[in-house]
Amino acid sequence: MNIQASTTGRLSLAAYFICLKGICWREGLRFLHQRERFVSALVRPLVWLFIFAAGFRQVLGISIIPPYDTYVLYDVYITPGLMAMIQLFNGMQSSLSMVYDREMGNMRVLLLSPFPRWFLLFSKLIAGTLVSVLQVYAYLAIAWFWDIQPPLIGYLTVLPALLVVGVMLGALGMLMSSLVKQLENFSGIMNFVIFPMFFASSALYPLWRVKEGSPGLYWVCQINPFTHAVELIRFALYGQIYWLALAVTLSCAAVFMLGAIIAYDPSRGLMALRGAPGAGA
Amino acid sequence: MSEKIPALDIRNVSHRYGARQALDNVSFSVAPGAFCVLLGLNGAGKSTLFSLITRLFSLQSGAIRLLGRDLQQNPGAALAGLGVVFQSRTLDLDLSVAQNFFYHAALHGIGKAEANSRTKQLLDAVGLADRASDKVRDLSGGQMRRVEIARALLHKPRLLVLDEPTVGLDIGARADILRLVRGLIASEGMSVLWATHLTDEVEPGDDVIVLHKGKKRADDSVASLLQATGAEDMKTAFVALTAEQDLAQGAV
Repeated sequence: MNIQASTTGRLSLAAYFICLKGICWREGLRFLHQRERFVSALVRPLVWLFIFAAGFRQVLGISIIPPYDTYVLYDVYITPGLMAMIQLFNGMQSSLSMVYDREMGNMRVLLLSPFPRWFLLFSKLIAGTLVSVLQVYAYLAIAWFWDIQPPLIGYLTVLPALLVVGVMLGALGMLMSSLVKQLENFSGIMNFVIFPMFFASSALYPLWRVKEGSPGLYWVCQINPFTHAVELIRFALYGQIYWLALAVTLSCAAVFMLGAIIAYDPSRGLMALRGAPGAGA
Repeated sequence: MSEKIPALDIRNVSHRYGARQALDNVSFSVAPGAFCVLLGLNGAGKSTLFSLITRLFSLQSGAIRLLGRDLQQNPGAALAGLGVVFQSRTLDLDLSVAQNFFYHAALHGIGKAEANSRTKQLLDAVGLADRASDKVRDLSGGQMRRVEIARALLHKPRLLVLDEPTVGLDIGARADILRLVRGLIASEGMSVLWATHLTDEVEPGDDVIVLHKGKKRADDSVASLLQATGAEDMKTAFVALTAEQDLAQGAV
């Protein structure tokens, strides 16, 4: 074997792309290897759609509110919420895999890469987001047969919204993964984050209804980033942009991402306090 | 000119975990092409040093230069020339051997074609060419170690650091790994920092650094260490050097 001088330390744009592609490829492979993860990611929203929504259809009438230009059935109303829920679970699951990677030592391989750490974390985020987008489209395909049929163009216009929401929720998960010391502690955080975020949002009921019932909860829903994620998806699915939701989602994505980068930075982050990933002292 | 730059230069590095001082003003360097053994008992500070070299911890004080590049100021360039084998296993068990290699290659910006040929070459070198498509989970402990070593060489590092690479292996596998790495070093001409607590892994031509309770106790060639301690073998020399009486740092 002949070894030439090693790299100069400058990485080309093509190299960055190779790295991003490699991280996405690994995330995809892991997802394919975990079939039960895919099945449960799909079954969860479908249970909500087939059972929960079917039951509530008669109880909850949805009046004409944007972006809908007609009365819609409850199943149609909660679809964007369920799409966001898929991404929420996926974001948390990706971060769960980061905790696993950290415990197993795989994280060390990632962080040893000569690429900037922010880029590695961002790539990981993109990879997780792409997996979540695939799950959402799989759900939409099944929902089509359940008469959830948004305009065809909506399938295209919702894509950017899904990407933004995926990044935001993935970054939140990543930030949390840096705070969790052990895999076992993760379920607690899941319960304290996923359920409150999901229920205190516009995913299951329109906010004007919440306002009638409890002004306090309405206020909580308004400041919940997940509400804005759901509304961004809801409008995008009907070919519209809800600017406020977009701004909130993008801002939250940036803040969570920044937090995650700081948390995974050896000089400032929490790793130094907790010990290196997957290592003894 | 570049031959004179040490492959690894550790200058006045100290590190503490709260009140516990894990490393205390440690300085040494690994010459280009050298096989340097970092000898120390458990808790000597070897793994802390590795975490600092691989930038998993940030430096609290002192400086580390890899191949002349400062790890703090230019981490990307410094890490690009570094290959690492950690004490804990870092392979993805659910992926095949080749898939692990491709992932590692991508993390270093190496494209598929080059990764392919390099993977074949390296798996051949470690005698596992026929296991490329097997899941890592199906390999034995010794085979996994060989795969990790081969993977660490994928991006053609100039410096290879290994943290107790033979830990948990039986005598046969241990000898295999040692022979393999020494052979690769000879053929690839890189520098090695080999951390261990086993004195029988040291060979006469090696440089040895003895680390004890976070302090450097010795830094010299095997011959000089034996002479200075009056010992007949490395084991006796190591016991003498790590004895509890206060040896002046770097006195040997």
